[in-house]
Amino acid sequence: MIDARGQSCPIPVVMVQQEVKRTQPRELQVQVDSMVCVENISRYAALQGYAVTVDEDGGEYTMTLKK
Amino acid sequence: MESEVKLTKLANCAGCGAKVGAGVLAQLLGDLKVLRDPNLLVGFDRSDDASVYKITEDLALVQTVDFFPPIADDPYTFGQIAAANALSDVYAMGGEPKLALNIMAVPEKLPREAVHEILRGGYEKAYEAGAIITGGHSILDNEPKYGLAVTGFVHPDRVLTNSGARPGDVLILTKPLGIGILTTAAKVSLTSEEGMALAVKLMTTLNKTARDAMVRYRVHACTDVTGFGLLGHGVEMAEGSGAELHLDVGAVDLIPEALEFAKMGILPEGMYRNRSFAEPHVDPGETELAKQDMLYDPQTSGGLLMAVDPGDAEALMEELRSAVPSAQRIGTVRAYRGGKRIYLHP
Repeated sequence: MIDARGQSCPIPVVMVQQEVKRTQPRELQVQVDSMVCVENISRYAALQGYAVTVDEDGGEYTMTLKK
Repeated sequence: MESEVKLTKLANCAGCGAKVGAGVLAQLLGDLKVLRDPNLLVGFDRSDDASVYKITEDLALVQTVDFFPPIADDPYTFGQIAAANALSDVYAMGGEPKLALNIMAVPEKLPREAVHEILRGGYEKAYEAGAIITGGHSILDNEPKYGLAVTGFVHPDRVLTNSGARPGDVLILTKPLGIGILTTAAKVSLTSEEGMALAVKLMTTLNKTARDAMVRYRVHACTDVTGFGLLGHGVEMAEGSGAELHLDVGAVDLIPEALEFAKMGILPEGMYRNRSFAEPHVDPGETELAKQDMLYDPQTSGGLLMAVDPGDAEALMEELRSAVPSAQRIGTVRAYRGGKRIYLHP
């Protein structure tokens, strides 16, 4: 689980990129607190072949990336 | 001169990306009373780049103001960019800048040399434009900001608004796109040295040469592509002109490094704001998402978007090829058929 809440873009998407490059996970969860981050991470995830689901809870988002 | 101060670290939002979105802006201005004046040729009831006020039969005043937080770390570079960006609104109206006033916000802790360098950059660009800085106003603020209020002149019959495009006109864009993405990626040190050098070169280049060429031809409409991105400003041009724009995406010069970042999701918040404003009016066709994102990318000190008479298009392009090598012919204007305002053709 990556907690990128409180980080302004593009830091969260860069955190995800570093994790994906380092561990090549089949599944990865990311917490962010803006739609911009959700969109940015979704674009990167799609490029890497992950399917993305997003759960919203009071302005915070939990993204699940799955291969 | 290289400075120790990393200016962008003091900024919450980079350059024109800090601009209030077009949709929000329209709401904010919505119910304000607008006074009429027969000599006011262009006012804020139209979403244009500057106000134009007729003084005599052959002289009109052009006024505009633009400022933003640091988009470059080096204060001198930031000053140049902010000034070039502010001066651009006068060029976009077909005018020539003459007088300018500094607008500045400085943190108390910012070294005096850095402040001086910002101003030096601004003065240099103003002089290059043939304008004189005659004063200004500064306030203390945690986030630095700099820009100019610019006054220029134009012949009242030669004012170029963003609402005069006619069916058949050829669209020309004078700078490549992707500046916003490169400066966003630079915040996390991803942009290459060459990429940043290109972005700085583009942002500090005055639109003067492009304007000087443009006014010799039958250009019907012009705007500068800045915070709202090509598609945001394009929608305003199409709506204002009662027309629709057809863009040949393959002909638009997209900075390759920025396109790579777009694919990786390194995109500025302003891109999404522009998308939510303009997307309902855009038919993307088969255009891939990353290229669409580039067309929504907020530009700081971007190029001019001109709608030129088809009979003059080749001659103007020929002149721009030597004077402004980054100029590209990117599409055409057609009569509005109802429905979307911009059609993208891959």
